[in-house]
Amino acid sequence: MNIAENYIGATTPSSPKTAYMLRLADNALILGQRLSEMCGHAPEMELDLALTNISLDLIGQAKLLFEHILTLEDLAPNADVLALTRPQDQYTNLLLVAQPNVDFAHIVLRQYLFSTMQKIQYEALLGSSDKTLAAIAEKSLKEIAYHIRFAKSWVLRLGDGTPESSERMADALDCLWRFTGEMFERDNIIEQAEVSGLSTDFTSSYEDWQMEVKDGLAEAGGLVAPEVGQMIMGGHKGQHDEHLGHILSDMQFMQLRHPGLQW
Amino acid sequence: MVAPELEPETSNSILTLLSEVMDPEIPVINIVELGIVRGIEDGSPPNVIITPTYVGCPATDMIHEMIREKLDAHGYDHVEIKNQLSPAWTTEWITKAAHEKLRKYGIDPPGAHTPSCPRCSSTNTRLISEFGSTPCKSLHACKDCLEPFDRFKCH
Ligand SMILES: [Zn+2]
Repeated sequence: MNIAENYIGATTPSSPKTAYMLRLADNALILGQRLSEMCGHAPEMELDLALTNISLDLIGQAKLLFEHILTLEDLAPNADVLALTRPQDQYTNLLLVAQPNVDFAHIVLRQYLFSTMQKIQYEALLGSSDKTLAAIAEKSLKEIAYHIRFAKSWVLRLGDGTPESSERMADALDCLWRFTGEMFERDNIIEQAEVSGLSTDFTSSYEDWQMEVKDGLAEAGGLVAPEVGQMIMGGHKGQHDEHLGHILSDMQFMQLRHPGLQW
Repeated sequence: MVAPELEPETSNSILTLLSEVMDPEIPVINIVELGIVRGIEDGSPPNVIITPTYVGCPATDMIHEMIREKLDAHGYDHVEIKNQLSPAWTTEWITKAAHEKLRKYGIDPPGAHTPSCPRCSSTNTRLISEFGSTPCKSLHACKDCLEPFDRFKCH
């Protein structure tokens, strides 16, 4: 075990390109960490394996992205430091991925909403001017297809299941739907990613995504997305709710306590 | 500096060495049969090109170390290992010889075929979970011999 003698921490990206990739990495990292909390706690053993496998896929994606970012901009001495030492307002993940594992309905719905978006987002990277990023997307898309199949099948089973399971699905939908607008939010970083050819525009697929997901929900015992006056946003600017704070205090503990720790 | 020509014999003997490196999670098949060794690239230094099966697969780092050890122990310490993500690894790269080894080991090999029990060959089976003991396998149960079994997922 190695521990650095002096404080080491990560710095903020200065280019829109690395800033955009950091978003993708943070989404994968935080959702991966959230799902890993279920290790040993899922309703049954097969689901435990499924959730931790999805977690592992996401953390694998995050690792590749963090490592690639570091080849473009010297933000930290290694991927662990970049992933695990930033203050909360420097994380640019979506609010959705940090939402807590309230119950199994919340977990599978969160996955369904996220993975269906992530598929569109990563497909927009396949022709990227950054060949490594395109390769990471290509590889990840194969795994995302499984995540969607798993999550969708459970949304269907629970939504179209017993009165209690469908009520829980409806509660989860009421709670999580308000975070979905942020997934397709446009801002300066995403516009520059498009201009530079890093990504094509995936945000224009918002309506298609909504249609696809609403069809899926309708199939799940007639679930209906709630009317939301205003979607909750802020993750891209580092404005997070308390849920991310709890994840970070757990996830960052070892790196902050022992800076530069390597196993 | 002039790039050293990699003699075909050298390239072959490196490949032979790599075929002695077994997959840590499925120790009956080697990494060449598994299709993750994409080739030996000439250059200064020469590179062993490998493609990970799954991005989060913990075995990837371990395989990396095993290859390194193997190369070092046989005088190829100047040869480097290069990760290549694209084209993405597919189960179609697993050799036919490895399919038979998988079956004998109790894993239904990947392919378009109906899932079949590696123990009694029955196709009367059910899927327990798409996510099995490792990211590359799904979990099934045989309705005839009643044993559970893993199947290599088509990927
Ligand atoms: Zn059988």
